[in-house]
Amino acid sequence: MGSRASTLLREEEIEEIKKETGFSHSQITRLYSRFTSLDKGENGTLSREDFQRIPELAINPLGDRIINAFFPEGEDQVNFRGFMRTLAHFRPIEDNEKNKNATTSEPLNSRTNKLLFAFRLYDLDRDDKISRDELLQVLRMMVGVNISDEQLGSIADRTIQEADTNGDNSISFNEFIKVLEKVDVEQKMSIRFLH
Amino acid sequence: MDDRSVFKKANFFSLLDGSAGEIPPKPAGGVTIVPPVQPDGGPQAYPEAGKSNLPVFTMDYLRIQIPFEITLWVLLASFAKIGFNVYHKITVWVPETCLLISIGLIVGGIMHSVHEEPPAVLSSNVFFLYMLPPIVLDSGYFLPTRPFFENVGTVLWFAVVGTLWNSIGIGMSLFAICQIEAFGLQDLNLQENLLFATIISAVDPVAVLSVFEDVSVNEQLYIVVFGECLFNDAVTVVLYNMFSFVADMPVVEPVDVFLGVARFFVVGLGGMGFGILFGFVAAFTTRFTSKVREIEPLFIFMYSYLAYLVAELFAISSIMAIVTCALTMKYYVEENVSQRSCTTIRHVVKMLGSMSETLIFFFLGVVTITTDHEWNWAYILFTLLFAFVWRGLGVLVLTQIINPFRTIPFNMKDQFGLAYGGLRGAISFALAFTLPDTIGRKPLFVTATIVIILFTVFVQGISIRPLIEFINVRRTNRNLDTINVEIHCRHTIAGIEDLCGQWSHFYWKDKFMKFNNRILRRILIRDSRAESSIVALYKKLELQNAMEILDTVSGDISAAPSIVSLNEEKKTSAKPKRKFLAADLRNMHNILSKNMYKIRQRTVAFTGKHSLPNDTHSREILIRRHASIRRSLRPGSFQTSVVPKSHKYFSLPAGKSLDSNFLPPEQLSHLDAQETMSEVAFPSRRSRFGKPTRSSSKAMMPLRRLDTLKEAPSVDALDKDRPEDGRTRPGMSRINSSYSDSRVPASRRHFSSSSENDNGSADNFRNVHHETEEEEQPQLSSPPPGWAAEPSDSSTQNPLLRRPQWNPKKM
Repeated sequence: MGSRASTLLREEEIEEIKKETGFSHSQITRLYSRFTSLDKGENGTLSREDFQRIPELAINPLGDRIINAFFPEGEDQVNFRGFMRTLAHFRPIEDNEKNKNATTSEPLNSRTNKLLFAFRLYDLDRDDKISRDELLQVLRMMVGVNISDEQLGSIADRTIQEADTNGDNSISFNEFIKVLEKVDVEQKMSIRFLH
Repeated sequence: MDDRSVFKKANFFSLLDGSAGEIPPKPAGGVTIVPPVQPDGGPQAYPEAGKSNLPVFTMDYLRIQIPFEITLWVLLASFAKIGFNVYHKITVWVPETCLLISIGLIVGGIMHSVHEEPPAVLSSNVFFLYMLPPIVLDSGYFLPTRPFFENVGTVLWFAVVGTLWNSIGIGMSLFAICQIEAFGLQDLNLQENLLFATIISAVDPVAVLSVFEDVSVNEQLYIVVFGECLFNDAVTVVLYNMFSFVADMPVVEPVDVFLGVARFFVVGLGGMGFGILFGFVAAFTTRFTSKVREIEPLFIFMYSYLAYLVAELFAISSIMAIVTCALTMKYYVEENVSQRSCTTIRHVVKMLGSMSETLIFFFLGVVTITTDHEWNWAYILFTLLFAFVWRGLGVLVLTQIINPFRTIPFNMKDQFGLAYGGLRGAISFALAFTLPDTIGRKPLFVTATIVIILFTVFVQGISIRPLIEFINVRRTNRNLDTINVEIHCRHTIAGIEDLCGQWSHFYWKDKFMKFNNRILRRILIRDSRAESSIVALYKKLELQNAMEILDTVSGDISAAPSIVSLNEEKKTSAKPKRKFLAADLRNMHNILSKNMYKIRQRTVAFTGKHSLPNDTHSREILIRRHASIRRSLRPGSFQTSVVPKSHKYFSLPAGKSLDSNFLPPEQLSHLDAQETMSEVAFPSRRSRFGKPTRSSSKAMMPLRRLDTLKEAPSVDALDKDRPEDGRTRPGMSRINSSYSDSRVPASRRHFSSSSENDNGSADNFRNVHHETEEEEQPQLSSPPPGWAAEPSDSSTQNPLLRRPQWNPKKM
């Protein structure tokens, strides 16, 4: 992204990001200023600590996982492109986009990609399966002390039972998609980005 | 209308005065006997003058007539309701309102044929003062607040602007039609048309809402239809009053229009203001009612009714007043009153609302037959047409305008649902009936209104369900599974929003919540700081659970999702593929939705002296997060290269206890070296109820705080289950061994040494120790050595456990 000296995004970069993610010009600039405000080290990239400085994120049960989602495998820093790429998952799906001729790759905010993002939040070990353990982990994190393990276990059991079609007691991505096919993921996993 | 009630009263009194029949004066001395009086003036029974024998059997109908008839009507309508629900299939396809109207029609037919006139319940006073408030209170009290406030802009937009659009549009078009000579409607002027149009733009989606619920349409559509109905009542009444006032005036000047607009704001905002005022007063009152629990529900009803009446006094929107009163009140009152009162309030509100509604639709049917109608084909048909057209247009145009402001825009299907769901109902009916008689063609209006209501309720009401399903409106799947995801999504979305530094309506919500916590709660809620909100919530939930179990289960206690029964089932099946009962699901749903962390509470800074409980909340989340990340970073499950990163990740050197950077409880994260979920952060694990044989799950131990309520009864269970500890040890050790030692501090806590829990009650949360060797060998029931002597190694202490205020036993 360049040194601090060139804090302004270059136009061609904005164009590229726009094409890749679908954000509008003003959204990109706004998010860029947010990016720079988070980037305390001023080196054009964000590290995990930068994210953790956001207080609300710190107490979000899924905070770490969300943060993790920004960082590609094995890397420690994320640049603005990567930042936007991840955020693009949450762009609302517009109707006219649905009709657009599908390019070779789906837009980042397609339903499948949104679901993939969510799936990856649960599937920490990236084996493309949400095992019962992983599910319990997530559930336990979300829920307070009021729920006994029994109850939580049965909730997790129920979840798996409903989704699991091949009987391996874990949820694969396809099963995940299938069980959510009636849910309006487009609504639930979308943020209206301010202009 | 006033005339009718006056007439009725006059009738009544005239009967007493003997104008309809001669009633002899009371016999001097002796027993006062009132002979039965025939209402229709038939021959009266004359007691003979001077006869003074004691009558064995007398009948005094007149005295009880009015309450008696009311009761009979109510009963009749309720029987009808029972009748429908006997055969469930009917209510699926035919909305209840249709059925009620049909029964009303039948009864009306009967009454008409015997020339009996229907009770004069449709005077304006009776309707607006007695029958409408319960319905509105019911709607307002059970309004789902979160979706409502998220969509409040849209709701108000449709309610206000939509109604205006409809009224004016229909009014104008009808006026245009009236100009056509052939229809014979010349005498209807613009004001009257506008008045009529206002009456029929009041949508009443009672039938639609139940269909929507059954079909589980998406939340936005549901709440917009719901909210629109509620608030457009207010707008309609305002417009109605305005137009009826104006209709009397020969000439309308522009200043009147301006005044009308001003009046609208006064009415709307005034209504809300009164509602909020009364809501707060009610909440404040309930703060002091702890000694008079029996009359707590009374306050709710009296205050809301008072809000309604006071608003009526000032001729501002009473509906808005009572709705806002209910909304405001509900939140605080439900914290102040006892559980029973809460249940009572809910039930009574529902009951009254349901009864009123039933009655109204019933009377609609009756009155349809028995009034004098004036039929004018042109007017009526055009009214139908225009109502339809303008509503459709209105929805279309308004959606286009408001969609850009919405997070989730309405698509065409939603719009169709919105437009088609515009049924007319009770309000239109009442307003039509109470039109002032000065309007010449009143019967025409009444007829037209009734036709519209019947048409929309029957045709649209019955057809909306198949249509909605056919066009496949976006649904909200209430499946438990997706509830999980839904809630998870919420956290994800909230996280992302925070990341972007965005404040959508969360911002205002947060602001309000701060204000709420800082000021309002302290004033309005009794004991708002007496105990940790988590504990209070927990106790309440346990109570509710217990009551639910008693309620929903008839006899077969094991069918209820109690902990005990869950446990027993687990014991009996190796890999239980349990049937999850509906009650189970509901419970799970309730549990989840009540217990999910609400991370948007930025309450840490605002709880003043008692910040501790709230801290715990976020600390717990932090603890769990750390734990789960650690766990997830096990070798073999993740790249090992990530391992060192995990430390950087948490700025916590491995093996070192958290220092003062974090609050003490976070030291717990070290302890989470344990593999299994349930041991994380809950050192007070106790195999109280035995362990499932599933290998992947460890000892299912109830949480410490569960103990507070279940302590006594389950002590025995505890003893029983003790021997079972050992069985799962192998499981645990297996998982243990997969754990890499390098990342575990030497002083590991072993929750696996949960045999210590057998130490009985209150102190079980002390069961953290250092026995590292226990990790390798399953230990059956070694008494917790370090139990009493809390190791001084601060890093292994779990202050969470020691928090005294959470253990009632300690108090």
